[in-house]
Amino acid sequence: MTTWPILSVVTFLPLVGALLVYIVRGDDEATRRNSRWIALWTTLITFAISLILVARFDPAVTDFQFVEKTNWLASGITYHMGVDGISLPFVILTTALMPFCIIASWKSVTVRVREYMMAFLVLETLMVGTFSALDLVLFYLFFEGGLIPMFLIIGVWGGPRRVYASFKFFLYTLLGSVLMLLAIMALYWNGSTTDIPTLMHTAVPRSLQTWAWLAFFASFAVKMPMWPVHTWLPDAHVEAPTAGSVILAAILLKMGGYGFLRFSLPMFPLASHDFTPLIYTLSVIAIIYTSLVALMQEDMKKLIAYSSVAHMGFVTMGIFAGTMQGVAGGVFQMISHGIVSGALFLCVGIVYDRMHTREIAAYGGLVNRMPLYALVFMVFTMANVGLPGTSGFVGEFMTLIGTFKVAIPTAFFATLGVILSAAYALWLYRKIIFGALVKPALMSMKDLTFRECLTLFPLVALTIWFGVYPKPVLDMSAASVQQLVNNYTSAVTAVKAAALMQ
Amino acid sequence: MVQAIVFLPLLGAILAGLISLIGAHARCPSGDTVQHNGDVHAHDAHGSAPIGGDASVVHVAHHEPMDHGGHGHDDHNAPAEPAAWGSRPAELITTGLLFVAAALSWFALVDIGFLHHDARIALFPWINSGDLQVAWALRADTLTAVMLVVVTTVSSLVHLYSIGYMDEDPYRPRFFGYLSLFTFAMLMLVTADNLVQLFFGWEGVGLASYLLIGFWYQRPSANAAAIKAFVVNRVGDFGFALGIFAVFMMIGSVDFETIFGAAPGLAGKTIDFLGWQADAMTLICVLLFMGAMGKSAQFLLHTWLPDAMEGPTPVSALIHAATMVTAGVFMVARLSPLFELAPNAQAVVMFFGATTAFFAATVGLVQNDIKRIVAYSTCSQLGYMFVAMGAGAYSVGMFHLFTHAFFKALLFLGSGSVIYAMHHEQDIRMMGGLWRRIPYTFTVMSIGTLALTGFPLFAGYFSKDAIIESAYAAHNPFATYAYLLTVVAAGLTSFYSWRLIFKTFFGEPHDKQHYDDAHESPMWMLVPIGVLAAGSILSGLPFKEIFVGPHGVEEFFRESVKMNPHILEDMEQMPRLLGLLPTLMMVIGFAISYLFYISRPYLPVELAEQQPLLYRFLLNKWYFDELYDIIFVRPAKWLGYTLWKKGDGFIIDGFGPDGVSARVLDVTRNVVKIQTGYLYHYAFAMLIGVAGLITWFMFGFGGQ
Repeated sequence: MTTWPILSVVTFLPLVGALLVYIVRGDDEATRRNSRWIALWTTLITFAISLILVARFDPAVTDFQFVEKTNWLASGITYHMGVDGISLPFVILTTALMPFCIIASWKSVTVRVREYMMAFLVLETLMVGTFSALDLVLFYLFFEGGLIPMFLIIGVWGGPRRVYASFKFFLYTLLGSVLMLLAIMALYWNGSTTDIPTLMHTAVPRSLQTWAWLAFFASFAVKMPMWPVHTWLPDAHVEAPTAGSVILAAILLKMGGYGFLRFSLPMFPLASHDFTPLIYTLSVIAIIYTSLVALMQEDMKKLIAYSSVAHMGFVTMGIFAGTMQGVAGGVFQMISHGIVSGALFLCVGIVYDRMHTREIAAYGGLVNRMPLYALVFMVFTMANVGLPGTSGFVGEFMTLIGTFKVAIPTAFFATLGVILSAAYALWLYRKIIFGALVKPALMSMKDLTFRECLTLFPLVALTIWFGVYPKPVLDMSAASVQQLVNNYTSAVTAVKAAALMQ
Repeated sequence: MVQAIVFLPLLGAILAGLISLIGAHARCPSGDTVQHNGDVHAHDAHGSAPIGGDASVVHVAHHEPMDHGGHGHDDHNAPAEPAAWGSRPAELITTGLLFVAAALSWFALVDIGFLHHDARIALFPWINSGDLQVAWALRADTLTAVMLVVVTTVSSLVHLYSIGYMDEDPYRPRFFGYLSLFTFAMLMLVTADNLVQLFFGWEGVGLASYLLIGFWYQRPSANAAAIKAFVVNRVGDFGFALGIFAVFMMIGSVDFETIFGAAPGLAGKTIDFLGWQADAMTLICVLLFMGAMGKSAQFLLHTWLPDAMEGPTPVSALIHAATMVTAGVFMVARLSPLFELAPNAQAVVMFFGATTAFFAATVGLVQNDIKRIVAYSTCSQLGYMFVAMGAGAYSVGMFHLFTHAFFKALLFLGSGSVIYAMHHEQDIRMMGGLWRRIPYTFTVMSIGTLALTGFPLFAGYFSKDAIIESAYAAHNPFATYAYLLTVVAAGLTSFYSWRLIFKTFFGEPHDKQHYDDAHESPMWMLVPIGVLAAGSILSGLPFKEIFVGPHGVEEFFRESVKMNPHILEDMEQMPRLLGLLPTLMMVIGFAISYLFYISRPYLPVELAEQQPLLYRFLLNKWYFDELYDIIFVRPAKWLGYTLWKKGDGFIIDGFGPDGVSARVLDVTRNVVKIQTGYLYHYAFAMLIGVAGLITWFMFGFGGQ
């Protein structure tokens, strides 16, 4: 079908860019400028090529597309790439957000620019790879590899407590992943293959399902992050540079949700079904608990980080509801959250670049000096609150309506989140944007520059576009989600029927 | 045509928004550099308070108005800044488009209501996933047409009025953009063809209301009120959303037509909630009604409405009197085919309606802020409308909604005119004798008051009496309760309305300075209130037949609402003498008010002193704000703080990463101690290890 390995190109092009940046040696202003431009062009071209994926993608097909497969390691371990309706949106999200990250770091990163850009480009390869790998080992490499550049980004270009935060981030995620590695090995011994599509159609014995599910869960729950393993996230966000936070919130968190969709549900349907009450409980706790905590935050980034945990609670709840709307809503919510939370972190970065503080109390009355900023921030605040007409609403609504069908109490308590999210988001907005401008330090604040507008306005457009017309994303994933839900439901009902027969 | 009505205001909002942005951008230059004052901001100022250092040199510019101590003043901020670029074009564009929309709406009312040209216009798909199919669509039936007329008429007049009222404000393009945005959201709400689109409009008006209440964003009280309005409404929306989910679960669709068709089939079905088998239809209706309670400021969720008076007065007239707050009433009417199947839910509706009608009226008796009196009055009148909804007399409730829109918008805009004349004084104790200074405003306010209190032949007389009759005739467990409370509330309404008029326009002026300076408002403002005054008279009798007459309702509303089949006939069976009771109450209220504030002005003071408890109870609005603060706000904050510090910080991190790393350090420290350097220590340790390993092999594997 495809004549050239388009998916591999999208995946590894950023790596080529990183090499180019590496070749440009030196530490003078010209080098910095060159590495910025190389990084920007690489991400832009990657994004452009990934759009070819969208154009050629056939949403009616449930199988993987753009498949590439060659022998790699030993027997059964292959270099196998491909995307379906569930992974393609994440690939696009990744490639689409990278240019924004580069532009956002244009001026705020002044030391080790070359290394910074390389870290980001390598990270992009690893992230795209994670979403398009179709072999467990390959997936694991990409998935884990992503930790390293992120660890460096936080640890080198981060804030004052960056070392603590980066280690916390690294150890938490690594601990989860080690268990996943064990499960991958177990799956290999069980089916003597690590090919994901094959494993998706292989019935895994029930006892192994439980253990493998738990092991994968350990990894994905930390990534998501789900309560109670979420505490690394606020610290990581607070210390990470702006673009690091954007990537962390927008894409790295989505790997957990993607993992649930790609592995837990299709490969271990019975275990997933058994553990659904656990997921529901954790999700609801996450939504209410972290929203309450968000209410009391004093640091802008921490507040948004906690609200991310709450929003991810909707995702896990929707995915494990196992209904069409729940799962599709989970996918949509992740895409939407990627755009909105990424944009919110960009917004924080803009004032941080000017004032070098993220303390909410240090701001107030910015609207008097920064009307454009106030408008943009308002749009994203409302999307965060889940106002209909913004993308935030669609995902939240779908996950809730999908869950309500199968678990009324869960949906009931989760819906309480809509009240709390309004409270903390509007409180934040009021403290930063509204009010009289009385703090002398803020008197000389200036509004968004052209560069900043360039990073924010496209995201504003996307937020509203997907809020009013989410069809492109929903249609892209519909067939794959439908198949996932059907397989899951039939596996679960088969077991229930068998139990009745006995 | 309906598309034009709905989207013209959006066009206006976008244009005004752009003008506002261009102006704002011109005023506030771009740039990502700031002049830092010395070393106050260390580059990694994390944790340090950059404001502390030079707080002493803060000279708050005099033109940055601070909170004027609560709600004493509705005021424009003193215009330190020149008007924004393009103010006049923005005003004219939005107002002009609104007038076009209003004209089209009246045309649509005739076309749909009398010529029966109902329409359903599909626009494009919205959320499609599996069996969930939600599309953007405009629905135009009689119920919608009535709302279109109300919304666009009041909105266009409010736009016009605002040109005068806001003339000193430097941010007019933004204001007009918000007003038009609100109108658009409201129109989407009333033309919704499915529950989700209704919810879109519902939250959209919430957003616009939030923005408009907080329009003067420099005032902390306005910001607080804006957030309160949004969050309290969200509490209602919580129920609304659950209602939508329940409908989808039971019926598998959110489209009105499908729901209405499938609803009778739900009889006897239950929804299981934590083991509680709730009747499906009742539960759905009660949940949806919870949304209506929030939006329409019904008892328990009413606390945001009086605070919302922080917004500019035209906003109060448009949003918090005529349109947005009636959305709840509209919603119940729209979903009448569901409510008709759930008598228990109707009982709930009637109970809350009647309670609100009475409760808000009692609070209105003692308030001193002119806008808050009118706000409580609105709250109370909305309660009346819900009583009719509970009785199944949907057209009657809609009738009151229709007439109320005119006279209440009139009362608000009239109050605005008084406030404008009094240089932004809102306390009626500071007024008095104004009828000599502003006779035109006095006249229209009197017309509004006559209409509100139900003086014969004025609009409110027909609609309010019809509601009281419907309460009497209803077959509802709370019918008698509702009847008694609405009759009493009619007397209270008359009392507080006349109190407002007497204290404002009669007696001796209390603030000589303001009194002498008082002047009639500009024509921009006088024309709209004149039109509304005419509406307060004309919206009654001529429309009575189509809203209340059994035959007229059949002919006019047709399928758009599902009336209780007997209610209108039963209302006509009411004994004549009882029918006069509301009018009698109105006269009594007037008489007492006259006695208290004209002939014996010392009486109310004495009464307040004799009954201090009751007086304080009413003055403090039954202590709802304090109660909610204790029950919800503080515990939420306490919980948030505790979970953060104790939950995340102490337990999770303490036993998780921090604890583990501390243990690891302990272990390494001990390991270091173990490394003594003596060979026999190591040899001994090895021996124990080998012994352990052998044991494990022998028993572990041997046991298999």
